[in-house]
Amino acid sequence: MMAGDGTLALAALLLHATAFLVLAIAAPLRRLGRPAAYVSILCAAGSLAAAVLSWRAHTGEAISRLVWTWLPSEGQTLATVGVLADADSTVMLTLVALVALLVQVYSLGYLSDERAPSLGRYYAYQSLFAFSMMGLVLAPNFVQLFICWELVGLCSYLLIGFWYERPAAARAALKAFWITKTGDVGLLIGIVLIWRHTGTFDLTEMRVLAGNGAIPLAGLSVMTFCIYLGAVGKSAQFPLHIWLPDAMEGPTPVSALIHAATMVTAGVYLLHRTDWLFALTPDVLAIVVWVGAFTALLSAVLACVQNDIKRVLAYSTISQLSYMMAAIGAGFSGAGFLHLLTHGVFKALLFLGAGAIIHAVHSNDLPDMGRLARRMPQTAIVFTVGALSLAGLPLFAGFLSKEEILGAVLAGGFAAPFAMLVLVAFLTAFYMFRVVFLAFFAAPPAGHAGAAAASGAPHVADASHHASHGAAAHEPHEPPSSMLLPLWVLALLSVATGVFFTVVHPEPEFESPAWLMPVGVGSAVAGILLAWATYQRRAIDAASLAAAFGPIYRGALARFWIDAVFERAYRLALLGFSRLVGWIDRYLVDGVLNVLSAWTVQAGDDLRTMQTGRVQDYVYGIAVGLLVLLLWVQFN
Amino acid sequence: MDRLPILSIMTWAPFASALVIMFFARRRPLLVRWTSVAGTGVSLVASIWVYWTYDRVRAGFQFQEEFSLVPSLGISYLAAVDGISALMALLTSIIIFAGVFASWTTKQRSQEFYALLLVLVTGVYGVFVTLDLFVLFLFYEIAVLPMYLLIGIWGSSGDVRPQGIFGWAMGRTGVGTKEYAAMKLTLYLLFGSAFILVGVLALFVATGSRTFSFLELQQMRFDPALQSWVFLAFYVGFGILAGIWPLHTWSPDGHASAPTAVSMLHAGVLMKLGAYGVVRVGMGLLPDAAVDWAWLVGTIGCINIVYGALSAMAQTDLKYVIAYSSVSHMGVVMLGAATLTPNGLNGSVFQMFAHGIMTGLFFALVGLVYEKAHSREIFKMSGFGTMMPGIATAFTIGGLSSLGLPATAGFVAEFLTFLGAWTSDYRWWLFPAVIGAFLTSVYVLRVAGQIFWGPKSADPHFQDLADAQGPEWAALGILVFVLVLFGVAPSIAIGPVDTATGPLLRRLIGQ
Repeated sequence: MMAGDGTLALAALLLHATAFLVLAIAAPLRRLGRPAAYVSILCAAGSLAAAVLSWRAHTGEAISRLVWTWLPSEGQTLATVGVLADADSTVMLTLVALVALLVQVYSLGYLSDERAPSLGRYYAYQSLFAFSMMGLVLAPNFVQLFICWELVGLCSYLLIGFWYERPAAARAALKAFWITKTGDVGLLIGIVLIWRHTGTFDLTEMRVLAGNGAIPLAGLSVMTFCIYLGAVGKSAQFPLHIWLPDAMEGPTPVSALIHAATMVTAGVYLLHRTDWLFALTPDVLAIVVWVGAFTALLSAVLACVQNDIKRVLAYSTISQLSYMMAAIGAGFSGAGFLHLLTHGVFKALLFLGAGAIIHAVHSNDLPDMGRLARRMPQTAIVFTVGALSLAGLPLFAGFLSKEEILGAVLAGGFAAPFAMLVLVAFLTAFYMFRVVFLAFFAAPPAGHAGAAAASGAPHVADASHHASHGAAAHEPHEPPSSMLLPLWVLALLSVATGVFFTVVHPEPEFESPAWLMPVGVGSAVAGILLAWATYQRRAIDAASLAAAFGPIYRGALARFWIDAVFERAYRLALLGFSRLVGWIDRYLVDGVLNVLSAWTVQAGDDLRTMQTGRVQDYVYGIAVGLLVLLLWVQFN
Repeated sequence: MDRLPILSIMTWAPFASALVIMFFARRRPLLVRWTSVAGTGVSLVASIWVYWTYDRVRAGFQFQEEFSLVPSLGISYLAAVDGISALMALLTSIIIFAGVFASWTTKQRSQEFYALLLVLVTGVYGVFVTLDLFVLFLFYEIAVLPMYLLIGIWGSSGDVRPQGIFGWAMGRTGVGTKEYAAMKLTLYLLFGSAFILVGVLALFVATGSRTFSFLELQQMRFDPALQSWVFLAFYVGFGILAGIWPLHTWSPDGHASAPTAVSMLHAGVLMKLGAYGVVRVGMGLLPDAAVDWAWLVGTIGCINIVYGALSAMAQTDLKYVIAYSSVSHMGVVMLGAATLTPNGLNGSVFQMFAHGIMTGLFFALVGLVYEKAHSREIFKMSGFGTMMPGIATAFTIGGLSSLGLPATAGFVAEFLTFLGAWTSDYRWWLFPAVIGAFLTSVYVLRVAGQIFWGPKSADPHFQDLADAQGPEWAALGILVFVLVLFGVAPSIAIGPVDTATGPLLRRLIGQ
């Protein structure tokens, strides 16, 4: 069997590359639309099979490594490319392959009204993304990791801006690229520094060095912090989290794949992958915990006030990523990684479920929904499964991983972040069931009776996109089977992993107090109950609830002014400064040059007047010249 | 001679086709173009052949051709390439081959236009393959002078309002007109070449007036004081052509005014002549001075990177953005060289190549956009992506390479330079370099987003614009392909370059 040597993992990677190359080069095929989609889906299916097989072949300590020289220097190898397949990377690979395949299938239904050339373009981007993400997951060294890191960022940019004729989408794409790029500046610097520090890019070699204590600790904190900055950008940690909610301008399947299940988790994955390195710098890990807990709380609060269903999910993603980060910072990256995997499944489910709703009601806004459970029972079931998983109730996917994270942070000795995360658990259940009740069970608010497309002007990406198709029937309905099938797969997986972990309950790396589980589950149940009382029973008035948290509520509506600060910094500081430099260049640096040439021209003009054409003047000139010469000879 | 004089064929094929064009192609525009394609095609094949068959194990200068021109002064026609010049010759071939297609639609006096362009290219090849400093200088002048006519006749004028404390002077010199740009560029470069000539003669005299041969000069170790000022002369002389700050201001005006193929060639290849001169002649012949002056070269490189990027961000004319981005990227070239490390120098040479291709692509695209939309005003254009998806895609790929996105040639070059900077004696160089890459991502994507990816403009002038067509695709296709190929498989380029930078550095560091 070839599986052991990483060939299967490589095959999973290369299948997507093949699909991308075919679609990129064979333009006529791409412009056909659906056939292009089939090519892509076929490769994705093969890739999933290869990924699963390679996962099964890499349990326990089995590691396989394939590398080729990519960049030579001084006749030696400077950087390599290849695959590093082990238990962690192959399970992540499987997650990526699975969600990528499901999203590609789902998109067939979701984007069925897209023009054929755009659909082909969409699948080309999808394939490129899957390839890059897998390259990142399997990266044997920092160089390949960075290459793929940037490529997934590029795909994110391209897919957020997929409907680029919409100004909001074009802007959001730029914002996402720039903000994550800010973090990448740190990552790149960190990689260069650590290369000099350890003499290698290779993760395996570096790990051996770290194990032998051969990495000098002096200055290492700066390097790990720089690497962490990359993760801050990619995994949307405060203050670089602001791009992710705007990224929802992309098509919903893209949000599910890139901005929930896979790409945004790359930062968490990076820290997990190099946890032996971060373990050497506990000061940086402490920053990771605090920033994580703070971001989790901040975004959970923000999620509570959103009316756009995708934005609720986006803030929820930020919040959950921060959960994972907190666990890693506490020194138990396994807990964070486990949550990454379960979150990948149920958050993809929630996004795809939200996509089904948007597909049906042609709006992203919660007030435009309501009582959808009657018309879309299947969607209601799977979405609720996703919400229960996110809330972390027993028998659902998020249960164990959330408990482990809480336990990890507590075991790491971070009491205040722990308290913040428990509060987040409560808020998570609250905002998620706010969505569930408002969308599926509660009556729509007065004035919003029925679907939105009939009444209000849709103003959000997918909504306006779907509304533009001018479908006459606005009765919300179940999505087509190409969309339902992925939903059910993910829902069953959420329940299966949830039941598995609830029953098996693997032994964690740390001791957790007995009261931890009741606290975790209790806060989630309390959140659900509050949401039920407020939005279903309407026993509590939502407006007075908001008023009770006056300043926080108003701040949250303004996104706590963080976006505005960045906007100002960009407009005033960066563009303003660039205009100043541009002016200096044009009018001072170049001005000096123009002065010199103007003087030269002026001198020519002035000297020209000496050429009078009168012989007398020239004779005078000769006479004066002679006199000067004679005097000079005389006095030397 | 027992084998084909392949370097001479490569160098003189464009010149021969220029002669054919001048004498046999009067009033036959299509013949002019196909003769140009043939001439540059021969060079392209020759340079690929040279590059492919270059013996990496043996390394050093290969494909040597020599015959004496003026024995009494030791002047000879001495042509040979090592890894660096082979890559530069390949770059020249790709750019001019694409440039011939990009200027296919030139209407005015196309016969003379193509002839001058081809003569100019012969000069460029000459500089890259010649190892005799005197002949090198001749070729250098051949490469610089036709530019005056090319810009002055076929160029375009812009609009620059005189203001500031030096405004009176600007009004007087006619800032913004193509004549101004042509004159400024020519005078600036001639000013630089005066320094070069002085440097060359100083070395010649120091050998006892025996030889101009690079190979022989390389064996000598000149007096440090002499080295020091001659290096500065070369740095200023060649550096002007490489756009070093603050002597770069000819570049934005010149490139903005020049016609498409000339901008492509000038920013793509001629600026590399300057950097190549600093590395080959300056660092190669004056190793001690190169080490002593590294701080200056690298620091000015850093200024170029950040200052160029910020200036580019401030521009509203598309061509000026690209021109300033060249100033910024040439900073990476100079910085990489100044690190005096293997990675930095490899990065520097790779950046010469990568920047050449990407800026060639950019100018080709700007030319196409201008031809279709008759505008270079960034903020008046919008949403062209739907009408010209091919141009938009190519522009975006060029932009991504420009900001150093992996899987494009730009990333490899910048990454190597960063590694070099951090291992050099002046580690802080890393930070301006990385920040420059970030600034590039801001201005390049902002421009791409404004022009191509946004809501469609309502301006009646910007409706139903066509995408690239026919021969124009050839230019774009070649350049995009090369950009991605060298980004995905950088060892194609680094392999031969590495064999040349190693020995150069060993001379510098003195092992």
